Formats: sequence, structure tokens, C-alpha cells
Amino acid sequence: MPSLIDLTLEGRKVGQHGPWPRVVVDASVWTFAASELAHGRWSLLGLWGDPATVHMAIMDGQTAGIAVISLDCPNRRFPSVGRHHPPARRLERTIHDLFGLSAEDSSDARPWLDHNRWGVRFPLGDRIDALPKATPYRFLAAEGDGLHQIPVGPVHAGIIEPGHFRFTASGETVVRLEQRLGYVHKGIDGLMTGASLERGVRLAGRASGDSTVAYAYAFSRAAEAALDLGVPERAVLLRALLAELERLANHLGDIGAICNDASFALMHAHCGVLRESVLRAAGAAFGHRLMRDVIVPGGVVRDIGSDGVEAIQAALDNIRLRFPALVELYDNTASLQDRTVDTGTLKASLASQYAAGGYVGRASGRSFDARRALAYPPYDSLRFDVPVLNEGDVNARVWIRIREVEQSLSLIDQILSRLSQGAIRKEVPLGGEVREGMAIVEGFRGDILVWLRLRNGLIERCHMRDPSWFQWPLLEAVIENNIVADFPLCNKSFNCSYSGHDL
Amino acid sequence: MRKLLFESVFRQPLTEPAPSAADAAVAELATAVGQTARRRLGRSLSIREVDAGSCNGCELEIHALNNAYYDVERFGLRFVASPRHADVLMVTGPVTKNMREALERTYHATPNPKWVVAVGDCARDGGCFAGSYAVIGGVSEVVPVDLHIPGCPPTPVAMLRGLLALVEQADTRTITS
Ligand code: SF4
Repeated sequence: MPSLIDLTLEGRKVGQHGPWPRVVVDASVWTFAASELAHGRWSLLGLWGDPATVHMAIMDGQTAGIAVISLDCPNRRFPSVGRHHPPARRLERTIHDLFGLSAEDSSDARPWLDHNRWGVRFPLGDRIDALPKATPYRFLAAEGDGLHQIPVGPVHAGIIEPGHFRFTASGETVVRLEQRLGYVHKGIDGLMTGASLERGVRLAGRASGDSTVAYAYAFSRAAEAALDLGVPERAVLLRALLAELERLANHLGDIGAICNDASFALMHAHCGVLRESVLRAAGAAFGHRLMRDVIVPGGVVRDIGSDGVEAIQAALDNIRLRFPALVELYDNTASLQDRTVDTGTLKASLASQYAAGGYVGRASGRSFDARRALAYPPYDSLRFDVPVLNEGDVNARVWIRIREVEQSLSLIDQILSRLSQGAIRKEVPLGGEVREGMAIVEGFRGDILVWLRLRNGLIERCHMRDPSWFQWPLLEAVIENNIVADFPLCNKSFNCSYSGHDL
Repeated sequence: MRKLLFESVFRQPLTEPAPSAADAAVAELATAVGQTARRRLGRSLSIREVDAGSCNGCELEIHALNNAYYDVERFGLRFVASPRHADVLMVTGPVTKNMREALERTYHATPNPKWVVAVGDCARDGGCFAGSYAVIGGVSEVVPVDLHIPGCPPTPVAMLRGLLALVEQADTRTITS
């Protein structure tokens, strides 16, 4: 069995791509990689386009070795990966919508992000006029006696992002769920083109608001990889502090929200209070409750003072005092467990096939956590566990988050105890002509990938891949055979991003 | 659970207390919103939230309005599930072209009299997404906006303050019309 290294030796290596190699390959190597993905020997990390090229990031799960392979498509076609490996399908449909490059023999040629409303087709490739009339979107068929369809969205009943869900149900039981997304597509990849790094990091921080720290972090690390730029020690620690505060706030909020969807409002109220305490501490320490626009290429723009440290410590003490009772309550409430145990079960094989990140993967036996597997600083020198469970149900996803709250508390303690005085930002050099970099950062929902190419210090192409790309399709799978009323629970336990996905 | 419930009998409420020294703004607002809303409507003001393309940051802070600290329901403000039950549409995001129709339809489904509050910097003019092929721009390019609450995202306190302004505006509009 060839290793990733062998594969990369087959192609032409691109200079100035850090920290992992990128090679230009031919169609046979591209197809070979697709079949290795299909056999589960490698995982797909990303698949994206350029005006006349497609790129694929892959990882060898055993060694955590990563490589990007690229295929030129002069005739605007490339061999389909999705035909062999289903996780690639939506990504291929997106490449077609944005660049007009089509996957040969793909098993699903329907548009994905393009709803024929932009007034233009292939906005990032060779633009052409939009179709005069949108062809109706064909949902996949589900036929049988007594089946009925329930269309939901794009505007949902709660305060949530827009997307369309098409349920086919037999009585109360869901037989098929099909998602249609793309409603919040803002064309961020397009806006990145030609932008400065300063504007780029602001846009990255607005890809998905709940992960604003993680995105700015990933973007900055990608830019630094491209420019071979080291970051001052204090900034390295502050970034991890921001990332753990963000994880803590989101997990606390979501644990409560999941319980709320099982009509257990007491947990929601208490968890909401804890979440608010984290946001207030973050606001006091960094001047913004969601910690937006703090991380930039070269370091961070805001330092933390002693009162900020105190505010964070006070929030942590409060969580340590209150959270255990809530966990106990969750564990001891049979009516709640009745809704979460054995509901929305994700099989381990699917989690691994889709390389599902975050709590979705880790509740189904996939132990990948970018902080551990890729050990980027400062996580290479911090102590923490990566909790893993095998049940794969809503309950398991709640428990992973509970354990991660505990880990984040400990990580924040370690970070605060190590913070020593020093610079927080380094000057960013404009860089040589063309430089490329990639980064993978563990956000609260899973691994976020950012790949970019700079030309004379400006962004020529930037692609960001949200963990939701590989989690959304799994939500379709887990809801099968559950009742319609359990959908909110399943959905919330995944909490996929719409904005991060639609981009 | 018994322990938690029992504890809550003795624990002070978390809700920002009326005139609180710590965060006087919220308290001041609390009374003001409460009185004006009651005077004007004599009942609750129902809000339907519509995400028309936001990054979800604004939604996080709108959610926070419901937590025990801000607890908007005590002012008679509450979030409802259907536009048909709403007096106010709270719209976030640079309206994406893919969401335009859904926003228009939600607006038309809301009975008169109604008010539209655009929340966040994106909702004013598209914010940093302005100029994209996929984005229309501000909310006012699609539906008439009565009030804009700036911020990226606005804090819950800023939103409360904005809602107060809205209730006052609603007052004058009734008087003049
Ligand atoms: S205003 Fe800011 S927080 Fe709100 S949707 Fe726009 S980018 Fe997100």
C-alpha cells in the first residue's frame, strides 16, 4: 500500500507551500487517491476549486500525514471523487456552481449553493449569464404506501439560521431527510480574492459567528505558514486562551439548548447563565463578548490585563462551582435520558468515512482532534484529554461536550499560569511573489481548514472549509427511523453551521 | 433536581435587579421599556426573528436576550415562532440573494401594524460582505426598515435599548396616523 509520501513523489511539488506539501498530479493519481479514500485508508479533508484547477487535501489517519494534490483541468472537467467517495459529492457540486468545473461521471450533478438567484453562473470562474429561469430543484425520491412529505424552512420556527429540510415520513417515523442548503451563501471565497490580509482575517472571522476565534486563528496560521512567520510566545498562548473560551461558551450554551429541545428548560436556564458568565469575562478581558477581530496574522491585537485575567478566573470558579450539579442533574433525569439515549445514532463506520470532526466524530469512536493529532503550539505542551465514546447517540454527544468543558477549564488554567510578559504581535512581511499556506485548527465544532495563496502580499485565492461540510450529510443519516419530534434534538446535538457551510 | 430547585428558593435572582449599581444601564432600560411597552400596547410585543444571511453572530446575542440576566419576557417582549403572530420582524445579515424571497414572504405574512428592526452592521448595508455577487446589501433594500441597531454583533444591552426606541417610535406613529 503506497503511503502519502509515495503519492506526493508521483507529482510535481509546488514550491512555497507550507507546512504540508502540495503536488500537481495527473488524472490517474487523482483517481487513485479517490479510491484510497473510498477504501478508508485516507480521509478527505477538503476539495476545492481554482479557475482551472481542483485541489484535494487528504490525511493518512494512522500517521496524521497530510498532503494537498492538485489536478489541472484544461477542458473544465476532472474525474469525480464523489463517485467513489460520497463525502466529496457536495464539495464537487459546489466547485461546479462556483467555478464551472464539472466532475466527470458524478453521481449527483444537481446544483448545490447556486439557486439561480445570483444573476450570474460560475461567479469565480468564467462567468456566464444566469439561466433565464431556475429549473425546479429535484429532491430525491422516496416512495411507498402512506408516505408523506414535510417541508421545513428555509425560515425556521426558532432563532436559527435558514436552510430547507425535506422530510419523508411514514406516520411519525422519518424515512428520509434531505437537506437543501446555500441560503446564507455570501460569496466569501469571492470576496477574499484580491483582499489584503487585514480584510481577509476580518472576513474569516465572519464565516461562522460562533467560531469567529477559530476561523481567525486558522486563517492567521495559514497566512503565517505561507510567509514562514513565527508568532511571539505570549500571542501563541493568548490565541489558545481565546479558542478555549470560545469552546467553553459554545458547549455550555449547547448543552442547555439540547436539553431545552427535550423540554427540559431548567438545564437551559442554568447553562445559559454559565455561558453568559464566559461571554462577560471575554468582554471584560478582550473588549468583545465573542472575541471578534482579536487574532490577526502575526499575533493578536489586544493584550489582556490583570483585571481581564481576574474576570476569567472568576468565571471559571463559578463554572466549577455550578457545573457539576448540572451534570448530575442531566445524568439523573430519566425523562431527559429517555429522549437522548439511543436517539439519532451515528454509526462509527459513517463517522470515519466522512472524517467527521469534533464531538460528532468523537461520540462515534473517531478520536481525531486537531489539537492533539496535529499538535500545533501551544497545545503540544499543554496537558489535556480527548474524550471519545462509541455510542454515537445524542446522549454521547452531550457527554463529549461535558467532558470537553472540563478539559477547557483545565487548559485555561494552564495557559493563564504560563502567561509571561512579552510582545503580542509581529510585523507581517509582504512576502515574495507567490506563497501558499494551509492550516487546520480545532474549533468547538471540529476541524476548520483554511488554504490560501498570496501574491505580493495580497490574497489571490482563499478557501475555508467548515467542519459542517462533513457533518451535515451525517445528520441526514442519523434521523432515519427516528420520530419527527426528535429531529430538533438530533439537529441541536450536531449543531452544524449554516453560514460556515454556505460561505 | 430537588437540590437545584431547593437552592433556587434561597438564591438571589440573577436578573439584573431594578436600580442596580453594577449595570445601571440595563436596569434603567428595564423600567423604561416596561412602562412604554405597557402604555403603548397594554400587552406583549411579539418578535419574529429572521436570519437573512447572517454569520450567526447576531443570533447568538439575540438568544442571550432570553437568558436569566436580560430576560426580555419580563418587559412583555417575546420571540414567537410564526410571522403571523408577530408585531416586529428582527432581521439580521446582509440579505443574500438566495434569502430575498423568503424574507419578502415572511414580511408579507406578518400582519399590520408591523415594524422591522434590522440588527447588526451587515443588516445596514451589507457590512463587510457588501459588493459580493451573492449579497443584496442592507435589509432596507428588500423590506422597509423602521430601526437599525448597529454592532457586530450588537450586545444584548444595545438590542434592549434599540427595542425601547422602537416602542417609542411605535407610539408616535400611532399618534400621527
Ligand atoms: S453584523 Fe456581524 S455578527 Fe451580525 S451577522 Fe453581520 S458579521 Fe455577523
